[in-house]
Amino acid sequence: MRVMVLVKASEESEAGVMPSTEMLTEMGAYNEQLVKAGVMLAGEGLQASNKGVRVYFSGKERNVVDGPFTEAKELIAGFWIWQVKSMEEAVEWAKRSPFQDGQLELRQVFETEDFGEELTPDLREQEDRMRTQTAAKA
Amino acid sequence: MTVPAIQRTIDAVWRIESARLIAALARLVGDVGLAEDLAQDALVAALEQWPDEGVPERPGAWLMTVAKRRAIDRIRRDQVSARKYAELGRQLEAEQDQAAVDGGQTIVDDAGDDLLRLIFIACHLAFSTEARVALTLRLLGGLTTAEIGRAFLTPESTIAQRIVRAKRTLAAANIPFELPDAAARNARLSAVLAVIYLIFNEGYAATAGEAWIRPDLCEDALRLGRILAELTPREPEVHGLVALMELQTSRLRARPGPAGEPILLLDQNSARWDYLLIQRGLAALQRAEKLGGAHGPYALQAAIAACHARARTAEATDWQQIAALYDALAQLTPSPIVELNRAVALGMAYGPAVGLELVDLLNTEPALAGYHLLPSVRSDLLARLGRNEEARAEFARAAALTQNARERDLLLARLHALDAAPDSR
Repeated sequence: MRVMVLVKASEESEAGVMPSTEMLTEMGAYNEQLVKAGVMLAGEGLQASNKGVRVYFSGKERNVVDGPFTEAKELIAGFWIWQVKSMEEAVEWAKRSPFQDGQLELRQVFETEDFGEELTPDLREQEDRMRTQTAAKA
Repeated sequence: MTVPAIQRTIDAVWRIESARLIAALARLVGDVGLAEDLAQDALVAALEQWPDEGVPERPGAWLMTVAKRRAIDRIRRDQVSARKYAELGRQLEAEQDQAAVDGGQTIVDDAGDDLLRLIFIACHLAFSTEARVALTLRLLGGLTTAEIGRAFLTPESTIAQRIVRAKRTLAAANIPFELPDAAARNARLSAVLAVIYLIFNEGYAATAGEAWIRPDLCEDALRLGRILAELTPREPEVHGLVALMELQTSRLRARPGPAGEPILLLDQNSARWDYLLIQRGLAALQRAEKLGGAHGPYALQAAIAACHARARTAEATDWQQIAALYDALAQLTPSPIVELNRAVALGMAYGPAVGLELVDLLNTEPALAGYHLLPSVRSDLLARLGRNEEARAEFARAAALTQNARERDLLLARLHALDAAPDSR
């Protein structure tokens, strides 16, 4: 399964304060650990919300609002995508991260089997096409 | 914390730590079989103590300390020669001194080499292929024998027996816990890659049973491949294999149809492909090519998969390039299976008649007798040529030969689709 690990923003990250060299070194070592364990699929840090944009929807209306946004703790400052065997494994990895404060939020990514009936029409259509086409093997 | 929750946490810690634990212990005691027993002892101790005491702050170090203590107990109990005990004692002391000097960094630095040694041992040529697979999943993947048995639809006792027998072979052949020397390295590395790809394929195209794919096995193999790629960053074929597995996995979720039946590559909706994995696969392929490995067998197969991945629609597929890559693959690793795939590519690039010409040459190939994909490919080419009657016979032959229930349904569906159509030549 895949887990998205969300790094919550802080007042510092929102103020555009870069992490200390020490923190960057520790984070680099941590990321290397994740890569070496075959766990990390992707991961990025995000710039402060003053460089971000929100698009609000209301029926057909689209309302574009420039950052910054308030409530730093509700904002995201970065993310990883991990491939793990269980949520418990993801938690064990998260506990090893070098953060001294703040929080990580771990969210399970949907996999095909989680969708069930929702995708059936699309796949039905594929099935029909399948019968008329070639047998080149995937 | 309830007991099942702590059990799940211990499972997770085991999955993270077990391979490095076994590898480090194997270096200390010089015996992979004993190292695994010691690691298991430590796991049992964790299962006994952690529910009451909680998970220690550094669970990996905790397990290692317990395992080392057990190592000394066992050596005392078994009255192993004083020399071996003294040697182990010295090693343990030296390690602690070193750890005191550099704050524990040494053990971490050595961990990679130990892990690599363990991978090479698990895939040692002295074992049967089945034993290599079982040992690799158990020692490196942290799977239990029960889990391996379930994955391979084999009784747990059979898997356990394979592992016991392999450990006996290991002891009898006196195989040292060392990396292969330069002369043997390529052959040994090929064996490692073959084991990982075999595990992957068992998941990707289940050879028997009801399920078409078992994604767990694909994930286990991919994880092993990714770990190996970090341990041997200069080996192009390792990146080639990782690229191949990333690219093939990128299509996993587009494969099973509503009832679990396979959706073949050209019928897949490319919007359902996993573009994160495609990107990772293409990057790994690039690494292989930069290291001069574009013509390795796995890199070539990855390059073929990359052609499919780059084509956003089936029509946009560069079949001439794929045919050329299969041509290179056929020269490098000649096999009737590669030829069969080359025939499919030729049929797509230059028309069904060209493909059929090659398939007909394979019809008498003994290695393909009883292989369902030969009549399956042949039936498809015949149908495209309007030779529906012959195509029907081949679909029926393919359906009778396949051991996979889902695939049989698919072939029968194609046969029935042709039922109404007379020859249109």
